[in-house]
Amino acid sequence: MKLTTRKFDALIIGAGGAGLRAALQLSNADARVAVVSKVFPTRSHTVAAQGGVNAALANVLPDSWHWHMFDTVKGSDYLGDQDAIEYMCRAAPKVVYELEHFGVPFSRLDDGGIYQRAFGGQSQHFGKEQAARTCAAADRTGHAILHSLYQQNLRARTHFFDEYFAIDLIKDDAGHVLGVVAFEILSGEPIVIEAKTTLIATGGAGQIFRTNTNALSNTGDGMAMALRAGVPLEDMEFVQFHPTGIAGRGMLITEGARGEGGFLINDQGERFMERYAPKVKDLASRDVVSRAIAIEVREGRGCGRNKDHALLDLRHLGADTIMKKLPGIREMSLTFLGLDPIEKPIPVFPTCHYSMGGIPTNRDGQVVVPVKDTPEDPVPGLYAAGETACVSVHGANRLGGNSLLDILVFGRAAANHILEFLEENRLHRPLHQESVDQALARLARWDRKGDGEAVEPLRRELRKVMEDHCGVFRTAEVMREGVTKLRALRERIDNAVIRDHSRTFNTARVEAMELENLMDCAMATICSALGREESRGAHSRMDFPDRDDERWLKHSLYSLQDDAMDYKPVRTQPVTVESFPPKERVY
Amino acid sequence: MEFSIYRFNPETDSAPYMQDFTLADDLIEPGMMLLDALLLLKEQDDSLSFRRSCQHGVCGSDGMNINGTNGLACITPLKDLKAPIVLRPFPGMPVIRDLIVDMDNFYHQYREAEPWLINESPEPEVERHQSPEDRDRLDGLYECILCGCCSASCPSYWWNPERFLGPAALLQAARFIQDSRDQATEHRLQRLDDAYSLYRCHGIMNCTQVCPKGLNPSKAIGDIRRTMIKRSV
Repeated sequence: MKLTTRKFDALIIGAGGAGLRAALQLSNADARVAVVSKVFPTRSHTVAAQGGVNAALANVLPDSWHWHMFDTVKGSDYLGDQDAIEYMCRAAPKVVYELEHFGVPFSRLDDGGIYQRAFGGQSQHFGKEQAARTCAAADRTGHAILHSLYQQNLRARTHFFDEYFAIDLIKDDAGHVLGVVAFEILSGEPIVIEAKTTLIATGGAGQIFRTNTNALSNTGDGMAMALRAGVPLEDMEFVQFHPTGIAGRGMLITEGARGEGGFLINDQGERFMERYAPKVKDLASRDVVSRAIAIEVREGRGCGRNKDHALLDLRHLGADTIMKKLPGIREMSLTFLGLDPIEKPIPVFPTCHYSMGGIPTNRDGQVVVPVKDTPEDPVPGLYAAGETACVSVHGANRLGGNSLLDILVFGRAAANHILEFLEENRLHRPLHQESVDQALARLARWDRKGDGEAVEPLRRELRKVMEDHCGVFRTAEVMREGVTKLRALRERIDNAVIRDHSRTFNTARVEAMELENLMDCAMATICSALGREESRGAHSRMDFPDRDDERWLKHSLYSLQDDAMDYKPVRTQPVTVESFPPKERVY
Repeated sequence: MEFSIYRFNPETDSAPYMQDFTLADDLIEPGMMLLDALLLLKEQDDSLSFRRSCQHGVCGSDGMNINGTNGLACITPLKDLKAPIVLRPFPGMPVIRDLIVDMDNFYHQYREAEPWLINESPEPEVERHQSPEDRDRLDGLYECILCGCCSASCPSYWWNPERFLGPAALLQAARFIQDSRDQATEHRLQRLDDAYSLYRCHGIMNCTQVCPKGLNPSKAIGDIRRTMIKRSV
């Protein structure tokens, strides 16, 4: 069989904000760049981001990148790498101004400047008064950004492979990454895309949990590809549960709702966050608010017939603010709950939202792995950015408004480093056929006919195991049981079959390959969580309730080989300023 | 609950046909959306093909014809639909398989509208300023999710998909014409000034009727026309 082969300078897998920001930078610099995406670009999950993007513009209240940096380090529960955090916070205003120049329809202040709102974990003067740092386009900021970035890429004539599914990276014996083997979903035909540089920007893996705010397409494809190419995943135990998912359903209600003045109440109508975070109350960090809701419910103060959720009250904001600043969440409440937040509070419960962990990179977006004595040796030709990566700016807990920032800053930074790499590496390396054949075998595996379990029930079971065994509160005993169950599931997935074997737009095959990716991400998450014997940020161990900086101020690294755990130090030294040493974290 | 769903696999079917599906009552939960039902039907038959992603009406993947009207499966409540629920691919677009249509022409027309900000002035070091009133003029225009429900319900687009831009692309044209930061209004109007691109709209208003985001392409098209007329007098 003759295999289609295409060659590019730079290949980007994933067309969300990170991928499109990188693509634009590369196209504008006249590099030959291709973007592979399993969905049409504007359907990528960046489109669902609501609240906004953080940058110390000081349009509303005084601000500085240094305060932003402090908040991010503290928010990360001191696990974030301070060099990367400094870089991100310094770059933030510039990337937001760039977005505005690209045409993003930001909401505006009376003076015509970009509108900024308060979000959780933000402060002025290193932990004092509340800051207003989140730049917003109503509550549709992700939509506004993703569409503008796609439009700019159209103008720049970026080459798109829309609705192509990336199977695996191509890697030669010297460890260079040479591109990817993918298949066109429309025709089912495999294709080899050779590239001097490959950027993974495939987003998160929220679908490993039953109740989540994520798109069905957030299946951790890039993370799993990296694992299979021998790259360990970093800090996968840190999964953010967003405090305000719609109870029982999972759709996201932006933190901006609390930023605009909304608050949480329990069954007694009490503003319970006053007890958990006396100073900032409902605008504490997400891990803190999520745990507070879970505790209220556990102690019997939940709302509703089953006393299983809290209420988010926006009524006092008035119809004007809700219609103007939060129109999207009003629309969603009406659609999914038949409830108008102008008149009634919204039932909410913590919901899996974001992977702080991912593919380890440095602040240039290069994927780095431990080699002998160096914990961070770049993999030549391989980059990662956005939720799929772990650079690590979010550490153990991400601040709201920092994920749109992460994808923009590091999508751009990766592209800039790729341009440097291309200067020095002008030729394609020879294709590594063995690696191509392996990827093709993974695709062909789903042609298998005969008896076997179906994909969807296995996927459901996987998500249930993760919810039951690796949720908001964790213990060794429950997680060990989870690992055993997942290992059994892994074997069953190896023997699963699909019934649909046609080539044309075979979504059953796509879902089967996504399940394999979910499996690898789930295993990485639970093994990392079991390994970390302390509570930090989003990772709460009932059997180890305290943070333990002496033993655990380090990053986890999970490898697919034997489900092995390894660790590397946190980069506590920023680029130019002094380090923020770990302190007790109170809000 | 009964469903009648359009099936076509080009590899095995010489012609499309409607297939009946039943979703057991005990699987139906209150508040369920049509997409939830479709995902359960796909478990019965994994060859049933449709696009989907975000599940809450922002990605625009799962547009289809639902009991005769275009809409998004993920935000269409099951309880509002009369059974048997008849599901077809978008009318007027080539069918790839089952409920999946070829949207290439739709995207082509979108690109024809040059949906990107054009501003040749030197970029300031900070943001370009825009008054809240000027920004308000983008409301109802920028929120489009490119699901295709509107263009696929427009008879003018069915007849002239290559020459009439269709409501979705024209909404984009309006979004940039209205943007106080954009300097290419004249260029944009010129590109639309022929017998087809804009003027094939006959004000049927199906687009506005079906838009799952509550947008009004019909009004946007009317506004472009008025701007066009003002410019010629």
